[in-house]
Amino acid sequence: MEKQIKKVDLIFGKVDYLDILEKSLKRTRDELILDVIDSGLRGRGGAGFPTGLKWKFAKNEEADQKYVICNADEGEPGTFKDREILTEVPEKVLAGMALCGYCIGATEGYIYLRGEYNFLIPSLNKAIEDFHKKLKELKLDFTIRICSGSGAYVCGEETALMESMEGKRGEPRNKPPFPTSQGYLGKPTSVNNVETLVFALMIGREGPTKFKEMGTFDSRGSKVFSVSGDTPNPGIYELELGMTLEQFVEEFGDGDTKAVQVGGASGFCVSRKEFKNTVIGFEGIPTGGSMMLFNSSRSMFNILNDYLEFFEEESCGQCSPCRVGCQQLLKGIEAVKKGIKPPKYLEELQKLSDTMRIASKCGLGQSVPNPFNSIVNNFREEIIY
Amino acid sequence: MTRIEELVKEQAEKHGRQRTSLMPILQAVVSSERYLSEDAMVAIANELDLSTADVYGTASFYTFLDTVPRGKYIIRVCKTITCHMKGKDEIIKTISDMLKIKLGETTNDRKFSLLQANCLGWCHKGPVMLINDEVYPEVTPEKVTEIIGKYLKKS
Ligand SMILES: Cc1cc2nc3c(=O)[nH]c(=O)nc-3n(C[C@H](O)[C@H](O)[C@H](O)COP(=O)(O)O)c2cc1C
Ligand code: SF4
Repeated sequence: MEKQIKKVDLIFGKVDYLDILEKSLKRTRDELILDVIDSGLRGRGGAGFPTGLKWKFAKNEEADQKYVICNADEGEPGTFKDREILTEVPEKVLAGMALCGYCIGATEGYIYLRGEYNFLIPSLNKAIEDFHKKLKELKLDFTIRICSGSGAYVCGEETALMESMEGKRGEPRNKPPFPTSQGYLGKPTSVNNVETLVFALMIGREGPTKFKEMGTFDSRGSKVFSVSGDTPNPGIYELELGMTLEQFVEEFGDGDTKAVQVGGASGFCVSRKEFKNTVIGFEGIPTGGSMMLFNSSRSMFNILNDYLEFFEEESCGQCSPCRVGCQQLLKGIEAVKKGIKPPKYLEELQKLSDTMRIASKCGLGQSVPNPFNSIVNNFREEIIY
Repeated sequence: MTRIEELVKEQAEKHGRQRTSLMPILQAVVSSERYLSEDAMVAIANELDLSTADVYGTASFYTFLDTVPRGKYIIRVCKTITCHMKGKDEIIKTISDMLKIKLGETTNDRKFSLLQANCLGWCHKGPVMLINDEVYPEVTPEKVTEIIGKYLKKS
């Protein structure tokens, strides 16, 4: 192996977050935003939009009120890092939100916390209360509140999230307008993943250059990975970006890894023969952090079936390519498995999944083809027999 | 005023009567009553000046906002992929045998409901289940027998 995977400790390490915040607040908003742009930080919630640019867009909007939202919906199967961040270093997340608020000109922030993490509310509220006192000392006008979700994966999608916060069904909106111009209650809003906010804070301390030195051209810095499945060491790890799957499997596999699902249920399934050539990152296969390992005892049919059941249940049902598509893909692979449909029916299903990618309204329907096509292409026999 | 109307009013005083207050109020009613009855939804609609259909439409979108009666303790066993691989079926069977109910059912005394949930965010510690807001990671049939046993003794 040419390079060892490098473990990093930017996210979970204890730091003097108030000192970082205080020093940052002495600089201008433009300087700070430029640093975040320069660092190359891209959103850690999955879509990977450059964080500094998002902040710049929100900052440039004229409005009487703007909002910062911390997306803690974390519903992607195989992802559990945001819960750990909010448990271990909540103050760093809050400081990241305040920093974002200062940069874009927002005085209100919300944490959208999935209902499954309700048990975190008491400790988070305590952290928020303490943090508000510190903000008073720093003379920054910024308040944070928690909004609770109620068990809907699609509410992690930023526009569905805002609909839910507004007291409606969590159905994604059309984009544009983007949240940075018309977000929560129609006001400019920056929605950021939990991890992204902590990195933005840490760039305030490390400087953009140090962050940029890690990782690769397209994927700067490090990332928190949620590792699960057939591995002797399941858990949460912050690793430098840019490693190959081969390196990853060397570190985390159980010696018999046949496939890795990168990026959760909505991500891609990579088979053993591709490990060597697959880079984990935006130039290869991006991930919100979910890495699920499967060894040769697992049936890939069952795995695909689980994913499709998940999407079929979580589709908001608003647009038919996704609503009907998810149902048909699920029924379709069952029919092929039982021999009711011939194996070549899989090609028709793949055409359907391609249509879903083009015609679905939001990222949920658009990404169902990722697991579907990658599993069917790599493990066709297991789906049929 | 009925008990439910009073509860709704109290929550509206606390969370406000804007549209943005709807989710917190729905959540509070579910947390106290375990589900949203027709009466509760009508009361909420009246209190917030919304149509009942709108309240039901919103509530029915969310898995955790039940509109059918549930038990005092709602058990949700994670069914997604890693928990499936790590034996959630055995967990469900154990609970099912203990409480004599099938998935989706509620015990006659309205004490327990047994449900499945999509990924609960503990894939490295599966199988996992929630009982109301309490989380129980890395459960085994033995552990689950013990946990449910404790709840059985509770009122
Ligand atoms: C179906 C769906 C679910 C999503 N769930 C989450 C989530 O749980 N957490 C998250 O941060 N982003 C999630 N996203 C991405 C958000 O829409 C958004 O891009 C992200 O929160 C932006 O933050 P970032 O730029 O820091 O990544 C989801 C997207 C889709 C389409
Ligand atoms: S793609 Fe699916 S989840 Fe997204 S808006 Fe359409 S139906 Fe809803």
